Amino acid sequence: MTLKRYVATRLITMFGVLMITLLITIALVGSNMDNILKQGVAFQVRTEITENPAIAKSFSSVDEFESFIQTQTEQRVKTLGLDEPWYSPQRIGLTMYKILFLDFGHATFLTSDSGSSDVREIILEKLPKTILLFTTATIIISVIGIFLGALSGSKVGSVIDRITSSFAIISSSFPVWWIGMLMIFLFSFVYQIFPARATPLIPVTDPNYIGSLLYHMTLPLITIVIIGFGSWSYLVRNFIVGIMQEDFIIAKKTMGINQKKIIYTHALKNAAPPIITILALSLSGSLGGAIITEAVFDWPGMGRLYFEAITVMDLPVIIGATYVLTVFFLISIFVADLLYGYFDPRVRTG
Amino acid sequence: MSSITPQEIKKEFFKSKTGIAGITILSILIFTSIIVVIAIPGDTFKDWNNPGKWISYPKVAIPVWINLFLSEKIPEHKILNTPNVNYDMSGDISITTHQFGINFDYDDFPSDFIYEFSAKYLGKPLLQIDVIRPDGIQLKLLSTSLPHSDLNSIHSERIFSTDDAIRKNLYLQSNKFLFSLSNLSSEDIIFSKTDNHVPLKGNYVFLIKMYGDNSKNQIPESKLIIGGKAFGIMGTDELRRDLAVGLLLGTPLALFIGLVVAIASVMMGLLYGAYAGYRGKKTDEVMMRFNDVIYALPALPFLIILSITISNSIFVMVGFLMIFGWVGVAKVARSMALQIKTRGYVEAANMMGQKNSKIVLRHILPQLLPYAFASIAISVPAAITTEAGLSFLGLGDPSFPTWGQILHDANVYGASARGLWWWIMPPGIMIAITGLAFVFIGNALDVIINPKLKR
Repeated sequence: MTLKRYVATRLITMFGVLMITLLITIALVGSNMDNILKQGVAFQVRTEITENPAIAKSFSSVDEFESFIQTQTEQRVKTLGLDEPWYSPQRIGLTMYKILFLDFGHATFLTSDSGSSDVREIILEKLPKTILLFTTATIIISVIGIFLGALSGSKVGSVIDRITSSFAIISSSFPVWWIGMLMIFLFSFVYQIFPARATPLIPVTDPNYIGSLLYHMTLPLITIVIIGFGSWSYLVRNFIVGIMQEDFIIAKKTMGINQKKIIYTHALKNAAPPIITILALSLSGSLGGAIITEAVFDWPGMGRLYFEAITVMDLPVIIGATYVLTVFFLISIFVADLLYGYFDPRVRTG
Repeated sequence: MSSITPQEIKKEFFKSKTGIAGITILSILIFTSIIVVIAIPGDTFKDWNNPGKWISYPKVAIPVWINLFLSEKIPEHKILNTPNVNYDMSGDISITTHQFGINFDYDDFPSDFIYEFSAKYLGKPLLQIDVIRPDGIQLKLLSTSLPHSDLNSIHSERIFSTDDAIRKNLYLQSNKFLFSLSNLSSEDIIFSKTDNHVPLKGNYVFLIKMYGDNSKNQIPESKLIIGGKAFGIMGTDELRRDLAVGLLLGTPLALFIGLVVAIASVMMGLLYGAYAGYRGKKTDEVMMRFNDVIYALPALPFLIILSITISNSIFVMVGFLMIFGWVGVAKVARSMALQIKTRGYVEAANMMGQKNSKIVLRHILPQLLPYAFASIAISVPAAITTEAGLSFLGLGDPSFPTWGQILHDANVYGASARGLWWWIMPPGIMIAITGLAFVFIGNALDVIINPKLKR
């Protein structure tokens, strides 16, 4: 299989997955969504009449009034296409088409900081903050992880190696959000250094906003890094240990090239493909895990948006956020796959 | 990897320190769960969210053992429900006496006290509450007549320390104290030294007397609560629940969720992967594409939507967790099956005309078992933390108190910013310890299966 065909099949699979995800999401929330939309229409009709006394006065009895509302509502439901069930092919097609091009409609309850209820605007406002926090964290984690991993991988059984390995094992069994709660307890209650809530209190337009945002970001950032770098260095360590047993490294050792040079140039270079692949995966994986972490720290990103949308059952936001999260997840899986296929030609023949 | 026999694995496993540590922790947890399941009747789960059951417990009380480390002892919350009961008839008058002794040895005043009782009597008896302090002073707290009754009905009442009559009675005895009693609450007066306003340590006796004219008068239920800020081994939360109970109830639940999800999803993955790998060609291709689809679904958002729209019952949740758990195992099992199927004995079995299902079950799966055990051990913590995460978001099953749910409540009531460490630390530590036990076991097995990691 050539690289082109490999890319093409991967792309098609990914697109298929995206469609299936959308379909499942719509199937799960569809009937609820319809009810909410219909209620919205009925409410709209009633407010229009009560706001316009001329129409309200023209009715002679309550029955007439009610039947007028009834017909009005039914008419609008029909024009909106809500008379058909959500699973009719037409409506599913239309919804999916809209969502595919990022038209998520309007949120029922939530608004963006600027007051807009357009789901796309809300998401576009929150997404950069999540990326800021989690991308920064992942980069820090991978840098620390690679160096610590290379260090402990070169000295298997040393004190550093043992500390790193046990730290990796222990830290991986703690939930990040729990460590987050502890960090809040420690740094905003015992030592009042950082705020407990990570949402800056000053408005976005304030020139100090960026600085305030970065200050509020410190605590969540430290937490994510602390929990993350252990397993990263353990992973890198295992790769390095594996590579250090390869013949070409042993040959280099016998040639008398110094240990440091072997590790940082030859061994790391050979460990690069899986490391880069995992980096690509964890960049997006962190976005999924962001839901709980952001809820703990109250970080104003996608995760908290998702959490808020769930608590008030704001379905357009839920669908939109799921879609965006899935797209990111798929892009990174795709990139990881491509990188892997590029570095390791054996995969392509798979 | 396949040449290791179960006996060898067992021998190697018990040589590794982490393996033994993991098994030890796991057996302690299992032992606790068994005790919890046997000792606590099944319906207690429901009481966790029933505020009526916890009414006599204190709000956000610190664990009592903290007093061991403090020079100024925090008053303990005491629930006294075994009084010394005395019946006395003098002439026509029957006197029922309930006596509560408490050893007050703390450096702060109690937060309040409540006398809770149910009485059966005839007519309108007189209820009198007195307290005898360690310095011998007897303070009259209350003397009140109970409403008319006919011996058949039971009169239940709670007398609070904030009762105005109690405070008024204490003011009437203010000559016993050398400082002004105004603006002091009743418990601050009762438990105070007479010369200045600091707590008086020692044995206090609360005397509750019911004077009536019928010999059948009695107080079947009688409970004195001395309110404090410390309670139990694990303290209590905002809703007055004893956290020790919650942590204990959470143990079997966490093990159940973790083990069921891990075992079921690994088994599913093994069967799926082994079958796909063994069949190869089109079957393999189709099965692996389906695997890719599940693999690419974002798990957490989906679990959240599923729990909202379908059900948040713990058993349904276990099913959902399985859906996302088997994918990785299937991939590995497939690649292993690809190797194994080229071996002579599998081909021989094939040529002898054995059924595909039989070959997979009899000849391929047994070879994958060591890997299966390791992956079960490794996927348990993931299942437990995912469930805890969902519960933490408030999407868990409200009828079962899991550790994640305790942390959810802690987060809702801002426990971390209020410094309520005893509410945050233990559930997380329990999650981590349970996870750690399985990670240890998994790692020990992993080293045996992949000897390359050892060096």
